[in-house]
Amino acid sequence: MTIEATSVVPRRSASPAVRSHAWATLSCLALLLVLCLASVALGTRWIPPDQVLTLLLHPDGSEVAAIVHQMRVPRTLFGLLAGAALAIAGALMQGLTRNPLADPGILGVTAGASIGIVVTTTVLGIASVYSYVWFGFAGALAATALVYLLGSAGGGGATPAKLALAGAAVSALLQSLVNAALLVDAAALGDFRFWAVGALTGQPATMLGPVLPFFAAGAVLAATTAPALNTLALGEDVARGLGQRVGLARLRGAAAVTLLAGAAVALCGPIAFVGLLVPHVVRAFTGPDHRWILWYSALLGPCLLLAADIAGRLVARPDELPVGIVVTALGAPFFVALVRRRGLREL
Amino acid sequence: MSAAENARALAPGVVIRLPGTRACWLVRPRAMVVSLLLAAVVAAAFLLAVAVGELDLPLSDVAAALVTGGDDVTGLVVHDLRLPRALVGLLVGAAFGVSGAVFQSLTRNPLASPDVIGVSAGAGTAATAGLLIGAGAGLGLQTVALLGGLGSALLIYLLAYHGGTSGFRIVLVGIGVAALCGSVTTYLLLRAGVYQAQQALMWLTGSLNARGWEHVGPLVVGLAVLAPAVAVLAPWLSGLQLGDTPAQALGLPVHRARVALLAVAAALASIGTAAAGPVAFVALISPQIAVRLVGAPGPALVSSGLVGSAVVLLGDVLAREALPGVELPVGVVTGVLGAPVLLWLLGRANRSGVGG
Repeated sequence: MTIEATSVVPRRSASPAVRSHAWATLSCLALLLVLCLASVALGTRWIPPDQVLTLLLHPDGSEVAAIVHQMRVPRTLFGLLAGAALAIAGALMQGLTRNPLADPGILGVTAGASIGIVVTTTVLGIASVYSYVWFGFAGALAATALVYLLGSAGGGGATPAKLALAGAAVSALLQSLVNAALLVDAAALGDFRFWAVGALTGQPATMLGPVLPFFAAGAVLAATTAPALNTLALGEDVARGLGQRVGLARLRGAAAVTLLAGAAVALCGPIAFVGLLVPHVVRAFTGPDHRWILWYSALLGPCLLLAADIAGRLVARPDELPVGIVVTALGAPFFVALVRRRGLREL
Repeated sequence: MSAAENARALAPGVVIRLPGTRACWLVRPRAMVVSLLLAAVVAAAFLLAVAVGELDLPLSDVAAALVTGGDDVTGLVVHDLRLPRALVGLLVGAAFGVSGAVFQSLTRNPLASPDVIGVSAGAGTAATAGLLIGAGAGLGLQTVALLGGLGSALLIYLLAYHGGTSGFRIVLVGIGVAALCGSVTTYLLLRAGVYQAQQALMWLTGSLNARGWEHVGPLVVGLAVLAPAVAVLAPWLSGLQLGDTPAQALGLPVHRARVALLAVAAALASIGTAAAGPVAFVALISPQIAVRLVGAPGPALVSSGLVGSAVVLLGDVLAREALPGVELPVGVVTGVLGAPVLLWLLGRANRSGVGG
């Protein structure tokens, strides 16, 4: 994660602001560490934390070690990666579109990735991990472009409501295409529904390797876009006046969103609302500086996803609620509360 | 307003008054002609839907079977299989078309339809729960879906109420509720066997397969109640389209009118969904086609209903004939054909500045 490098305020002496950010970052990291340990320890079968630590360092080939290494560690890593990716993508979209309702799920990015993946698995019959990820990205990119074009056409530019509606309509359209493909192919439906619900357990751990470069590229792009987002927040005309190349910044941001959301969706299926919730929580304590918003989103996104995943494991024991369901149950009321607030303004 | 739109707004019309009351309707000649032509199209589509299938029947036989009962095989196919199916298509299409027209006029947004703002999603979740885990088993699937649609409409209204309602807030809250319902539906599909899941997905796509007289009855009753209600409320709808402040100035009870119209539109969408599932895009597209055909400002309720019927009936014929041996659900056809129309509408809506 390279955001740190660009987001450190360039001052010699440690000012109070920097010191408070250091404390906040440390607390977030501590929370994340606790959640990671809990994610490995908690589940249908309880494994004591000291045993978890021992087994992590020295696998002894026992059944418990197998649970830790083959099931709980991969899903924790998936949660870390997908949570960070979705939260950064959400923060970027909210900043780029100056739209408080932006989320990769709401703006159709995840629906685009879904159709890409469904087409790969049902129509083309490709099962290779690399092509699967590529088609997910292609779908995500196409949907991002389509929603943004439709939402920003005409007078007034891309207002929050226009973008949200365009996203909803494009998602509805893609959903009907996905349905059509699945109705013809019953076997594909059997696989697809497990992916579609959004879970950290859907893919084998070997998927992490191929997805990691895309995630890293997306994170770097996101970090380099952060200063431009601060200028864009002043309004497009002001940003242009200050010498910002608005079109280029938007393009870079959109590429980052596509890479990050595409990677997350390929790994875990469409998980909505992480990208919506986390940046709002973060903005409440960082203020409007996008460098810090992106940084804390990257830290707290995995916290939310891991906490939701752990909750899903515990509420329905011995069964599990997929993380996508838990996050939506938290996120949808939050979305409604945002809409209800008077004076919903552009960011 | 362009010159063409001015001319349209000033198009000649005849005012019909209900004697002894203040209720009156403005009837435009072009709207009358369009409605009559659309009715003819719907009648032709209906006959086609009855005639075409695995056993193709000549139209003369169909007409004879419809009037007299016909000989054994033709009579059986027409009366027991195709007639109820075609009637369900006709009525469901009309319900969706009118419901979409009311929603779009009410929220003054061409993209607001029961599919987008969560009414169909609520009905879908309830029906999936009924199909897969036997929720409300004593009530029957249609009633469960009806209750789900009405329930989610009520929920959307209550959540969007914040010292009054606005069309904008209803749409956005509806999108949130739809997301929640969608995630519950996905979870239910996950818990079921593959065969059951496919049955549920078929229902969720919207299908007229295996629809019989037991589906026609509730639709007829529901429309018999709701159609007059829409006719009575239509003048309020035209008033509300001007915006809240002008409508208030005209003496409209803005809040009560909006609640009544929302309730009627949600009920129409719910009974349609209960009978055939949420047939994609019909409610979204039909009013837009109708408005362009009629060429007058304001909601074209009758034409929207007729367009909806024609779309569902012709879509079902296409769905049955497209792949030999496979009966696709009609929702796949309307979804795939509706997509380009939707995108074109989105582009246009935003260009004219009414996309939100």
